[in-house]
Amino acid sequence: VIKVQSEDFDISGEISRMTKDNTAIGGLSCFVGLVRDIADESKINSLTLEHYPGMTERQLETLEAEARQRWPLQDVLIIHRFGQLMPGDRIVLVVTASSHREASLQSCAFLIDWLKTKAPFWKLEDTQAGPKWVAAREDDDKAADRWEKSDP
Amino acid sequence: MQLLYFGWVRAKIGISQEEIELPTGVSDVRTLIDWLQERGNTHSEALEDLSVIRVAVNQEMAEMDTPIAAKDEIALFPPMTGG
Repeated sequence: VIKVQSEDFDISGEISRMTKDNTAIGGLSCFVGLVRDIADESKINSLTLEHYPGMTERQLETLEAEARQRWPLQDVLIIHRFGQLMPGDRIVLVVTASSHREASLQSCAFLIDWLKTKAPFWKLEDTQAGPKWVAAREDDDKAADRWEKSDP
Repeated sequence: MQLLYFGWVRAKIGISQEEIELPTGVSDVRTLIDWLQERGNTHSEALEDLSVIRVAVNQEMAEMDTPIAAKDEIALFPPMTGG
C-alpha cells in the first residue's frame, strides 16, 4: 500500500490496521524517517519536500512490487510526506510484515535504501545560512547498490 | 510535448513546466538536452553538468539514448533525495 500525502501519519494506527485482519503476520519491521534540526553544522528551520506527482506513486509501487518479489511478505506499507516539515516531524514510514522476522527486517532495509535514491523527491532545507538543496549522498548510492542483483 | 522541471533544476530554469513542439532533429534525451542548452541562459546553466541531471520519460527513468516522441512527458531533475 502506497500513500503520498502532506498530512502526518499515526504509526500505531497504521500498524493496528495492518495486523487486525491478518493473523498470518508473525512480525513486522517499521522504519520512520524524521526531520533533523542540524545539517552540515547549520541549524534547520524547516525542510520542504518537493515531489513528482504521478511518478512518485508509480516508483513507490514498483519498489513495493520488487520487495514482494524478493521476500515472502504478508503486507507492505509506504507513506511518504511532501510539503513543508519542521524538525522532529515524521517524513516517511515503511512497514513490512511477514510470517517470519528475516523477510520483514531485510525488506524494510531494502525499501528505505531504494526509496532514498529511486523515489522522485527533492529536499530543500531552510537553514540559518539560507535555503539549501540537499545533495544526493554517495553513502546512499552505496546503500542502494548493495541490493542490486548481480548478473548470473 | 510537456517538459517538467524539479528541485534546483526547476529553481535555476525558473519555471516548473512548459509545453513545446518536438523540435526538428530531436529524437532522444541527448538531442533534447542539446536543444535545451542552446535555448537560453537559464536552461544552459541548469543543464551544464549532466552528471547531476536525471531524466524521466513518461514517468519512467530514462537514459541519454532513450527515444522521445511528440506526445511524451519529459522531466529533468537532480538526483533524488527521498526518505
